[in-house]
Amino acid sequence: MSYISCDNLSLGYEGKSILDNISFKANKGDYLCVLGENGAGKSTLLKTILGMNMPIDGLIEFGDGLCKHDIGYLSQQTEVQRDFPASVEEIVYSGLQSSHGFRLFYSKEEKELVRRSMERMDIVHLAKSCYRELSGGQQQRVLLARALCATKKVLVLDEPVSGLDPLVSSNLYSLISELNKEGIAIIMISHDLQAALKYASHILYLCNKPFFGTKEEFIESKQGKLFMAMKDMEDN
Amino acid sequence: MEKFLYYLSYPMVRHALIVGVLIALCSSLLGVTLVLKRYSFIGDGLSHVAFGAMAIAGILKVSNDTFVVLPLTILSAIFLLKSGNKAVIKGDAAIAMVSVAALAFGYLLLNIFSASANLSGDVCTTLFGSFSILTLSIAEVWLCLALSLVVIVLFVIFYHKIFDVTFDEDFARAVGTKVDFYNLCIAIIIAVIIVLAMNLVGSLLISALIIFPALAAMRLFKNFKSVTIASAVISVICALVGMIIAIMTGTPVGSTIVAVDVGAFFTCLVINYSRRGSR
Repeated sequence: MSYISCDNLSLGYEGKSILDNISFKANKGDYLCVLGENGAGKSTLLKTILGMNMPIDGLIEFGDGLCKHDIGYLSQQTEVQRDFPASVEEIVYSGLQSSHGFRLFYSKEEKELVRRSMERMDIVHLAKSCYRELSGGQQQRVLLARALCATKKVLVLDEPVSGLDPLVSSNLYSLISELNKEGIAIIMISHDLQAALKYASHILYLCNKPFFGTKEEFIESKQGKLFMAMKDMEDN
Repeated sequence: MEKFLYYLSYPMVRHALIVGVLIALCSSLLGVTLVLKRYSFIGDGLSHVAFGAMAIAGILKVSNDTFVVLPLTILSAIFLLKSGNKAVIKGDAAIAMVSVAALAFGYLLLNIFSASANLSGDVCTTLFGSFSILTLSIAEVWLCLALSLVVIVLFVIFYHKIFDVTFDEDFARAVGTKVDFYNLCIAIIIAVIIVLAMNLVGSLLISALIIFPALAAMRLFKNFKSVTIASAVISVICALVGMIIAIMTGTPVGSTIVAVDVGAFFTCLVINYSRRGSR
């Protein structure tokens, strides 16, 4: 049984569908990259997986011990966060919100989980720093640590490297890839074809005729070849 | 000093000080959230609604205004915050619309139905606050105490959730936090605070009481907990100082408190700049 499986999903807003025939599975240990042009509906798909948006048709099934809200989410930065007075620690702790309830203080286990997540992301020394004063790469690692507090199974990432310089991006990619090797399934929206081809195990390509398969299948597929040719042209 | 102690021997002055401090404390608590969520003006909008509601209460001759004003303000708060991104008329426009409409109808109703000889005086009092805080009845003081206590308790219980839904609504939604429910709670708490604060500073100046302490605290501190605590402390001190000045010199209570708040904000601004300069 897969963590997440979708069969013939239609997505959209207010009854109007913008994407049809989406089928894919995400298993334990998978690294799924969602590719597609701007406006292809990548973010809509993520929101639907995360339960913020209802699918127009079709079902998303959760299995293999994954509950609907067991998913860690790394969203794109919002306007609010840019001037939010919050310490790194406070933000990482907010990853515990679904299990925490209304207690004012945190238990020993919760503190331990937060410490481990921060160690994992190498941000322990930043614990008391102000989030908005960190660099973009550090901010993403804080948000990743928060996501790790929320899940041990699936991480959903929405363009995690947008706005980061190449070195920081590649560090972040390898960090994500390590998490993946530890068994966390990754679902990532990306513009970055190179990185997708380097790290992903599976590709979901959103277009009129959506493609889902392993990376190798994607490279051989018609859609894949077309998309790669298009990206080549953009780069030159 | 002697004069102050003499004033203090009057129970109504003591009541005013207690109520004022509590209102200041409550109103500062949610300031940070409102400023960050870009809802600074909701205080203003809601207070105009409260003004309109007060006019209705006056006409209906209800013994205690609060019982009419509070439900109406809560309803508008829910409408304004809830409609959020799905509304036909968006955020700031909705606030502007509701607030001027309430203001206009409130004044209109007062004009048509009021039996008072000094209408403009009454209106001025409701808009800018007055010494009415010095003439609170015991029942009003108790009501105020109870409502402030509810606000403070709710804030403490929801503290982490308020942080969660303010910092990152999408993440909160993704991990299953009931964001809409907490936004609703925030809306209700704000409405209660506005109705409380009308007694102190009047409906035109409430926003100042909500946002200035938060803005001042945000200059000084860089994590949510410290900012929240600092804004509560700043707000309480400003309210106390403002009320004492007002009582001693006979200036209007509301505007004096707000003036002190503005002063505190600029002090914090200067402290922040000089800190940055020395680094």
